[in-house]
Amino acid sequence: MLELVARKEASRFMLWLTPALAVVLTMLSGLALFALLGKDPFEAVRVIFVEPLLDPFSRTELLVKGAPLVLIAIGLSFGFRAGIWNIGAEGQFTIGALTAGAVALAFWNVEGIWLLPLMALAGAAGGAAWAMIPAWLRIRFNANEILVSLMLVYVAELLLSAMVGGPLRDPDGFNFPESRMFHDSATLPIIIEGSRAHVGALAALGAVVIAYVLLHRHLFGFEVRLFGQAPRAARFAGFREARLVAACLGLSGALAGLAGMFEASGPVGQLVPALPSGYGFTAIIVAFLGRLHPVGILLAGAVMALTYIGGETAQMAMNLPAAAINVFQGMLLFFLLGIDVLVNYRIRLRRAL
Amino acid sequence: MSLWKKAAAVMAGAALAVFAIGAAAAEPLKIGFVYVGPTGDFGWTHEHDLARQAVEAHFGDKVETTYVENVAEGPDAERVIRQMAQSGHGLIFTTSFGFMNPTVKVAKQFPDVKFEHATGYQRADNVSTYSARFYEGRHVIGLIAGKMTKTNTIGYIASFPIPEVVRGINAAYLAAKSVNPAVKFRIVWVNTWFDPGKEADAANALIEQGADVIMQHTDSAAPITIAEEKGVLAFGQASDMTRFGPKSHLTAIIDNWSPYYIARTQAVLDGTWTSTDTWDGIAPGMVAFAPYNPALPKEVVALAEYARFGIMLGKIHPFTGPINRQDGTPWLAAGETASDGDLLGMNFYVEGIEGALPK
Repeated sequence: MLELVARKEASRFMLWLTPALAVVLTMLSGLALFALLGKDPFEAVRVIFVEPLLDPFSRTELLVKGAPLVLIAIGLSFGFRAGIWNIGAEGQFTIGALTAGAVALAFWNVEGIWLLPLMALAGAAGGAAWAMIPAWLRIRFNANEILVSLMLVYVAELLLSAMVGGPLRDPDGFNFPESRMFHDSATLPIIIEGSRAHVGALAALGAVVIAYVLLHRHLFGFEVRLFGQAPRAARFAGFREARLVAACLGLSGALAGLAGMFEASGPVGQLVPALPSGYGFTAIIVAFLGRLHPVGILLAGAVMALTYIGGETAQMAMNLPAAAINVFQGMLLFFLLGIDVLVNYRIRLRRAL
Repeated sequence: MSLWKKAAAVMAGAALAVFAIGAAAAEPLKIGFVYVGPTGDFGWTHEHDLARQAVEAHFGDKVETTYVENVAEGPDAERVIRQMAQSGHGLIFTTSFGFMNPTVKVAKQFPDVKFEHATGYQRADNVSTYSARFYEGRHVIGLIAGKMTKTNTIGYIASFPIPEVVRGINAAYLAAKSVNPAVKFRIVWVNTWFDPGKEADAANALIEQGADVIMQHTDSAAPITIAEEKGVLAFGQASDMTRFGPKSHLTAIIDNWSPYYIARTQAVLDGTWTSTDTWDGIAPGMVAFAPYNPALPKEVVALAEYARFGIMLGKIHPFTGPINRQDGTPWLAAGETASDGDLLGMNFYVEGIEGALPK
């Protein structure tokens, strides 16, 4: 019989080696998977991980794809450290895009540099407000925030499709459920000429820096970490749990909402029902892959973005099925969690009695 | 390195580049396809992929095709389309409505690449649109459904409340009603084109509400499988889905894109390609049908065939007045047929359908 025994203290070194190890193991299993599919495995791994880095346009697309992942994951990492599980970032992302988009459409024919900041504010506020629902229900009724935040994703998506099929629908669009294209004043400035990389990438970088300071140099970060590791001690120290729940959910909601605003006013340029494309869920993988550390999240976001764009390239260049890429991404989380178990526990052989 | 050597290297490089361009001209035409679902959906995307294979078979070495499947109708679409344009594709088919704005955006940046967008309404000098008159097919299967239902309840799994889908519901309802005045439609909106789980749930819910014939405007075969299990009848979507329900599958509306794709490829090869707007139906063969289930009564098959030939010959129009809107206001006067403009913007149920159209 096998038995898992908790280690007294997980090695710090291993804790940081795990994500790298998971990436390596994923690549190795990827080789096997691609070989089974009858494709040249080394070529496939090269196309996924190296090709996007060689092409200038793909490099800028890494910023487009990585920025929302990093932004959302940073927000989630606070709650995850404190043991507050916001699984509904996808919903907060959607509401952020919706509120920001509503502002953009309300001032559709109006020019002004104040419009984008106003939209950003609306997006962050919308996302935060959406996250306050599970926060309030948990504080007031001790409802499980995992379930509530997850269920609200579907509510948010339906709300978005109802809005773009109703009040926010393009009046000249043959009743198709889409909003108008945003005006120039409501479209994000591009930071690299000829690409789609927008100022959201800078905002994500800023969030990394601020999160680092908050987490390691500020009382709030101490509170968060203490709650995660020793909730009783935190209560004795006089920290109020309700405030922390609201702060963590609000912060992650605001950042997810901001990411939604960037997505709507950046690469998409309008509100469409398919706007939420899974960033909120993928960001959970990114947060854990990055060890809930701001710098780690930055790197993990880059790796995830790379697999997405490399996956598309591999489809085009080698006719790899899309499902193979999804399996590949899934394996990453699987190996990460699997190795984590081995880092925190050791396996002991138990004699059958 | 001496100056001479440098110069020689530059010259050699230039010669290579010239040679490369010369070689490129003789290379096959690269054709890209962007799919919204997996090629294995056995529905919408499957048919587009069959047409892609038909293009390859028809032109052989003269073309080279690539595709990307499962592309979400969101921010990723533009990148995929752009990567295709950038990697030397001369003709790109984007096969879902949600790819419209990304296609138009990319097309602006690549004026030499030809784009073909399915089911949209925005065109440009290098962007054509094409779609099929699926409502003609809906008319035919609506007649069969009206004849075959015993509970007088037909379940309809609808995707998004866009004109194309609403048009299909109206066409099927009017046809069913014309042969069975007691018929009722129950409609479930699933807000997706492809989600076997949701589609199966919808089919189950409809059957529980008494529907004994299921129609779908979503792309997976899940509803057919459910219909087979529960012993009710169903129609395939976009492709022949008989194998998923040998007993339940009555026929299917097949989207046959091959002739169009071959013609457009030929046009690019000949240099005669221009931006066009194509909306073809049963007559040119863009809308076709799977074989009728052998269990269908002869008179029902005869009725369906009569309608099919009538539409093909232009004698029958699925939307012929008198038709009122759901609220009772008149839409078409007796004998009047719907204009393409009305059909393309259709956003109302016809009289007799219950429930509100999602807004």
